[in-house]
Amino acid sequence: MPQIDPIAIRQGDRLALSRALTAVENNTPQSRVIQSALFPYTGHAHLVGITGATGTGKSTLVNQLAKALRHSDSNMEAPKVAIIAVDPTSPFTGGALLGDRIRMQDLAGDKGIFIRSMASRGALGGLAHQTAAFVTLLDAAGYDLILIETVGAGQTEVDISRLSHTVVLVEAPGLGDDIQAIKAGIMEIADILVVNKADLPGAAITTRALQSMLDMAYGRNQNIAIKHMRQTTNIEPTNSPKQQNTNWEIPVLQVTATEGKGIDALITNIMRHKHYLMESGLWQRKESDRLRRELEELIQIRLVHQWQQHLDKDQFDAVFEEVIQRKHPPLEAVEFLFESFKD
Amino acid sequence: MIDRRIRVLIAKPGLDGHDRGAKVIARALRDAGMEVIYTGLRQTPEMIAEAALQEDVDVVGLSILSGAHNVLVPTILEKLHECGMNDVKVFVGGIIPKEDISPLLDKGVYAVYGPGTDTQTVSEEITRAVSLQND
Repeated sequence: MPQIDPIAIRQGDRLALSRALTAVENNTPQSRVIQSALFPYTGHAHLVGITGATGTGKSTLVNQLAKALRHSDSNMEAPKVAIIAVDPTSPFTGGALLGDRIRMQDLAGDKGIFIRSMASRGALGGLAHQTAAFVTLLDAAGYDLILIETVGAGQTEVDISRLSHTVVLVEAPGLGDDIQAIKAGIMEIADILVVNKADLPGAAITTRALQSMLDMAYGRNQNIAIKHMRQTTNIEPTNSPKQQNTNWEIPVLQVTATEGKGIDALITNIMRHKHYLMESGLWQRKESDRLRRELEELIQIRLVHQWQQHLDKDQFDAVFEEVIQRKHPPLEAVEFLFESFKD
Repeated sequence: MIDRRIRVLIAKPGLDGHDRGAKVIARALRDAGMEVIYTGLRQTPEMIAEAALQEDVDVVGLSILSGAHNVLVPTILEKLHECGMNDVKVFVGGIIPKEDISPLLDKGVYAVYGPGTDTQTVSEEITRAVSLQND
């Protein structure tokens, strides 16, 4: 494997960046060196998560967002945009079909855009384990905005709220009634709600259901809503800005991504949210929450790895055999195994 | 804890709009444990080289049914080299007349697969080609 020069990545060498992403994804020894060299240059990019159920049009939306961001009319220089598109890995073969680029063909030929597809490789929270490390590299490479598209998310794929500054939740008409809208989980992490495919029948009903859900949750009974959330989920309220500061009112936007309708309003709101985070001091808080979590996750991975290395396979098999014979429950078996691990 | 997977770009250059073969191969390689990026129809050589670079793939599989392979394939090889992707293995599938195969191989194509090729053969040869390179 050829050496990758971190300085080249900072200078905009796309091949070096791409090779570094692969090294990080495969967790090679070299990837650690690269991350150490680049980490001091991070913390500038605005991380925008795009999540929502399968088939709501996330990739098409990302395509339009990136295109509009690169061609805005303002006098300011267009931001450099990176896209990380995560698709699921097969739990049976370890393979993956990554098809998000099909919807992003408009973006070809623009050197200010970098698109990378990523397989989830067994992670369950809607991202891959190395998505955070990808963000580090792309941030250091000078991308101002990083759009992170999750796998088609159901109800509990909420990792994106821990990684990104701004979460855009994409809904489409006809996917569920107003009860779906008040269930816990993914609905709680949105900073901006998008009703995509707004040209389809039922868009107005979906928009109304989402709006009334928001009124219910963050209207006059805001404190009750927070208390309830603490009791029912393990999501720390600090991860969700609107729970600690009522100044951010979650907008519900109608978008028709295939025609580019509503994209400008979406961009305005993404920028407004960034501004809000900066003004309120939440940006720093989110950054520190994110880094703490990343650190804790790495500690967990390391501990499990150490455990596996020190594990006495024969003892494990013996204890496991007793579990199979229903002599001891798994909980007790863990006690046995840890007893000998301590020595 | 190194976790290496073979990454493959399946691309359809040129103007024919028939991608059943590309999808069959994409699916078969996925089932062989590879990470397959499919980019859709009507890709220019520039688009294919750019996608290969951004995705840092080990292999590019081209599906061509239009008869334009003698023009498209050399251009794609050239664009790949231009962006520094010198190690990437290029496979071609589709309708390629016998007499065109060896000129394509001479230009740097790793293998050409015609209709009726067993998908297992393709995945085994890709695995071999990539692992030889990494040794």
